[in-house]
Amino acid sequence: MLLMRKIEEKVGHLYIQQKFGGFCHLYIGQEAVVAGTASGCNKEDKHITAYRDHAHPIALGVHPKYMMAELYGKTTGMSKGKGGSMHMFHKEVNLMGGHGIVGAQIPMGAGIAFADKYKGNKAVTYCSFGDGAARQGALHETFNMAMMWKLPVVFIIENNNYAMGTSVSRTTNVMNMSEMGDSYHMPSKQVDGMSVEAVHEAIEEAANRARKGEGPTLLDINTYRYKGHSMSDPQKYRSKEEVEEYKAKDPISLVLETIKANKFASKIELEKIQAKVKDIVEESVRFAEESPDPSKEELYEDVYTQKDYPFIKE
Amino acid sequence: MRTVQYREALREAMCEEMRKDENVFLMGEEVAEYNGAYKVSQGMLDEFGAKRVIDTPIAELGFAGIAVGAAMNGLRPIVEFMTWNFALLASDQIINSAAKMLQMSGGQYGCPIVFRGGNGTAGQLAATHSQSFESFYAHVPGLKVVTPFTPYDAKGLLKSAIRDNDPVLIMESEKMYGDKGEIPEKEYLIPIGKANVRTKGSDVTIVSFGKILKVVHAAAQELQKEGISCEVIDLRSIRPIDYDTIVESVKKTNRCVVVEESWPLASISSELAYHIQRYAFDHLDSPVLRVMQSDTPFAFSKNLIEEALPSVKKVMDAVKASMYVS
Repeated sequence: MLLMRKIEEKVGHLYIQQKFGGFCHLYIGQEAVVAGTASGCNKEDKHITAYRDHAHPIALGVHPKYMMAELYGKTTGMSKGKGGSMHMFHKEVNLMGGHGIVGAQIPMGAGIAFADKYKGNKAVTYCSFGDGAARQGALHETFNMAMMWKLPVVFIIENNNYAMGTSVSRTTNVMNMSEMGDSYHMPSKQVDGMSVEAVHEAIEEAANRARKGEGPTLLDINTYRYKGHSMSDPQKYRSKEEVEEYKAKDPISLVLETIKANKFASKIELEKIQAKVKDIVEESVRFAEESPDPSKEELYEDVYTQKDYPFIKE
Repeated sequence: MRTVQYREALREAMCEEMRKDENVFLMGEEVAEYNGAYKVSQGMLDEFGAKRVIDTPIAELGFAGIAVGAAMNGLRPIVEFMTWNFALLASDQIINSAAKMLQMSGGQYGCPIVFRGGNGTAGQLAATHSQSFESFYAHVPGLKVVTPFTPYDAKGLLKSAIRDNDPVLIMESEKMYGDKGEIPEKEYLIPIGKANVRTKGSDVTIVSFGKILKVVHAAAQELQKEGISCEVIDLRSIRPIDYDTIVESVKKTNRCVVVEESWPLASISSELAYHIQRYAFDHLDSPVLRVMQSDTPFAFSKNLIEEALPSVKKVMDAVKASMYVS
């Protein structure tokens, strides 16, 4: 979680320095959600998320240098510099994007689960999306089919309370988003997204249900992003006091308190972790900056699997 | 050879491929228990069971997205849309997800999927049920678009599409499902991306695709009686387009008419006119002409339909105009 935080802080700085372009949506404040998901899942499980996706590969154990290189548009990036900030994929850890269209990953996530059920695999798919994406019609279509077909998928609302600049209360009369599952008889619950333990437990419970063939679960995980929707967001829609209120229950500070209270690690060990994180962040930036750009020929690669596809070039 | 209906040819293609590959399955509205809205999938539920022939709710965006996810994760879905008009609701998943998955993921996740269904006008169905989407989807890199005209083409092209590792869209027609034609007894495939010269000729090249080829053939036969020899080319594949076959023909005939059951702006005829002037400019004896659907939403009244669609007379007039005869 600390690595995600420090990497994202660095990403924010680099973006301001215009080291790379594109959109840039930071995950700072929400780390417990993906950390709890990663610790609660099995290795063969699948993951799909939205465009706020820098932390997901890190949580799944991918060295952040590949994410950083993708932000720089380098050929060593997770998607060879073709996906950028919003499209992080990593097949080795079953991270199936990174999707830029709000809510598009909701039916895709159910489809990934459909394939595992079809093939008799025990894998569960974790399909994450924000409270804003939860307003898409695709969610309702997907919830209906996922429940009817008992697909092994866990729907995770990374509920940071704001769809860009529009608060949840301005988009619905139903403030408890877990109730969205009720119309489909989908087991649903609210989860404290500032507590990595609470997320872990909820994920395990939902995954067990999915693995037993009982179908999907909706988790409305309440979290908060400290930064704007994207780097260009002036955040006039919320007060500084509100941000400070959430920072007071910061998920990383909470973990640190637990470690200290239970003496899980000594002060020296904690300092070592911090130093290691700092090294990884620096190594990631160095790797990204020193990596080569994609060759021009790459433009026509990976568009079709057909090797001799006749592109129109004039 | 034996004679089958267009719908039977499509069904044979799906059944043969499903028998070969456990990962191929069919989903869509009414495909299973109802045996298909147009009876394309008749009997398939009985043979393959509910696991592989799947009725969906009326939720095009949702089930197209589920199929895309399934394709990313090792399956080879065939998605039937009742018509391509309704598939507009799914176009986000076709254009934003299926077409781009391989590229966005740097080659890590592909999308081997077939989307198929009725396309174009089909009688007095009015504006929302009468649209042609070939050029619409052909615009999008990452997709392939094919337009089988005969039962022979339907089977051979659909089998190729199911085996293709890229997303392929099949444009059928409610008006063609009952058409009969011969297919070989033995297994065969038709490659995607190759045009079919249906009639050899020497005076004018007529390029077309899909159901409107019926009008083209009728016109060509009438013209033949008047001593005008037309070379009729069926594109078969709209993306990629087999430009070489067209250019080669135009170099021989020096004239070209494109007939398309679609709107004029940003159409396949626009693209072909560009390509022909670019690569056969010195061979042209007259401008490339086209016969299109009217630049209007499709109306209900029979006489307005007649006015809107390419007809035998309109095609004949265009061919004669390209020859400067009347």
